[in-house]
Amino acid sequence: MSAGHGRSTAESAGPAAQFPDPAGHFGRFGGRFVPEALVAALEELDVAHRTAMADEAFRAEFAALLRDYAGTPSLLYEARRFSARAGARVLLKREDLNHTGAHKVRNVLGQALLTRRMGKKRVIAETGAGQHGVATATAAALFDLDCVVYMGQVDTERQALNVARMRMLGATVVPVTTGSRTLKDAMNEAMRDWVANVDDTHYLIGTAAGPHPFPALVRDFVRGIGDEARQQCLDLTGALPDAVTACVGGGSNALGIFHAFVDDPQVRLYGFEAGGEGVASGRHAASITGGSAGVLHGTRTYVLQDADGQTVESHSISAGLDYPGVGPEHAWLHDTGRASYLPITDDEAMAAFELLCRTEGIIPAIESSHALAGTLAIAGKLAAELGRQPTIVVNLSGRGDKDVHTAGGYFGILDGESA
Amino acid sequence: MSEQSRIGVVFDKARAEGRAVLIGCMPAGFPTVEGSITAMKAMVAAGVDVIELEIPYSDPVMDGPVIQRASDIALAGGVRTRDALRIIEEVTATGAPVVTMTYWNPIEQYGVDAFARDLASAGGTGLITPDLIPEEAGEWLAASDAHGLDRTFLVAPSSTDERLAMTVEHCRGFVYATALMGVTGARTQTSEAAPVLVSRVRKVTDLPVGVGLGVGTGAQAATVAGYADGVIVGSALIRCLLDTPDEPTALTALTTLTTALSTGVRHPTTP
Repeated sequence: MSAGHGRSTAESAGPAAQFPDPAGHFGRFGGRFVPEALVAALEELDVAHRTAMADEAFRAEFAALLRDYAGTPSLLYEARRFSARAGARVLLKREDLNHTGAHKVRNVLGQALLTRRMGKKRVIAETGAGQHGVATATAAALFDLDCVVYMGQVDTERQALNVARMRMLGATVVPVTTGSRTLKDAMNEAMRDWVANVDDTHYLIGTAAGPHPFPALVRDFVRGIGDEARQQCLDLTGALPDAVTACVGGGSNALGIFHAFVDDPQVRLYGFEAGGEGVASGRHAASITGGSAGVLHGTRTYVLQDADGQTVESHSISAGLDYPGVGPEHAWLHDTGRASYLPITDDEAMAAFELLCRTEGIIPAIESSHALAGTLAIAGKLAAELGRQPTIVVNLSGRGDKDVHTAGGYFGILDGESA
Repeated sequence: MSEQSRIGVVFDKARAEGRAVLIGCMPAGFPTVEGSITAMKAMVAAGVDVIELEIPYSDPVMDGPVIQRASDIALAGGVRTRDALRIIEEVTATGAPVVTMTYWNPIEQYGVDAFARDLASAGGTGLITPDLIPEEAGEWLAASDAHGLDRTFLVAPSSTDERLAMTVEHCRGFVYATALMGVTGARTQTSEAAPVLVSRVRKVTDLPVGVGLGVGTGAQAATVAGYADGVIVGSALIRCLLDTPDEPTALTALTTLTTALSTGVRHPTTP
């Protein structure tokens, strides 16, 4: 570790560690907007989370699972050919190489351990594209838990392979036919299940959103991404990066990599939202850049909504970013100016997707392609500002195997099908 | 507030008559704005004491399939928050108090104080807030005080004694006890948890206690009336207006059910 960049412990007492407050607030965001029936369970979870994180045996078991089962620490890979095109030294945090293909395995393993610790036997989850559902079903199989996954009917149809994966792993998949029949409705249905079955069931939420303590809890389970990347960058380059970039849907992968850098003021943090067909078109999933403050799914955050506070449907080529809200900590990082949030259109993301395939032989998730596209977009400006080539750590949060059909259709390269 | 709430007067009168209050729920704008006014007036004519008007919301996590469908229909029909205020005004004119049940985001977007002001001026008695707990309700506590509105927070079988006392302390008008751990919707069996919850609430307050979730027949209403001050019925009434060939048929079914429920609350089963 080079002098001047290290901190005495990973548990910094700096500003990043002071949030949320005990009631789960990040400034004016976060909190708990839930039926009273759920409060007891949220309190129980909050206590379980805090005692678990203070328990060395729990932390050791989590670390061992991440290492032996999930395959972390993930690599920090210098993408030289992509770097040449970006005009920046681009280091990819290879979360795509984790078991189940994304950063999400960290969260589900942590929450599965907590579920067992609370003596609960059943987990429920919501899923959009199916990635969190598959990850939850994986952890449920490993921990011998009953598993029910709620998935919008529209999504079960367009992600039939992931439905099959979840079933192979022993989970029950329930298609949700209410509302817009997508991720937000799956989340509503999971909340309803939880209200009715809270005694024996843990709601294994898929992102750093929802009522307190979920945003803090999920962040704690995924923060290893940034802790690893910070050290790996120091080891590789002798310095901290100039910028850290990630895609933002609910925002767990972004928080996971940001958290370790929040107290390093010289490191710029960029979150790239799904701009869909452009924020001006109204067809996007950019809650921060194209939404307004409101309450959704138990938390106060930025939301896509109309003037009456009714949730507006989101649109993105990336199912994993296709959500009309965002984790409350991102809303706060935006308001404080600590992180910058910018929209990336479907077309920009797909161009970056193709570029990484062709320059590095890595097929990224379409979600992560938003971070790659954003990196390409900011690199020039950053270089001009610094007067030198910037170093940028990109969270390559997932692999693109699941997206082959969507991307193949987009590029018009599927035999027998037109784009 | 020194003046007793209008809901409180209704509860007092019912208590003097040895019966429970019947509270009937209907979403604003379901099946249409005019249709919902007609339905609410029919409910009042057939014996509902208090109308619970629900402002439709796109993501109603406390509601079961019937209210979800009704809310979707109302929203697809274009109902706005300001339409709900107009409905409240019209129904209040019948003489029955109207309490409004709403998820929190529509109120926050309208502006909490502005909504409280307009609700009071429309004649609404106050709010039932299914996803707002007192800890997050600072703005609403101030606005309801400023405009003289009732506040009904929910208590649940899972609430600890400490939370129960804290929640009830912030209520005004009446307390809403959720009969079971679950979402709205009629059920074949009445809850065993509800009487226990009601007696826990009574230990910490003299406010009337209404019980909701799962009540859908006259017999169930009589059972709940045996231990609670108010019987809250939603999904069963709303279902009368779903899957119906025409409005007259729907209103006949609604009147028949309301009459049965009204008879039920007047003949409480001895607990």
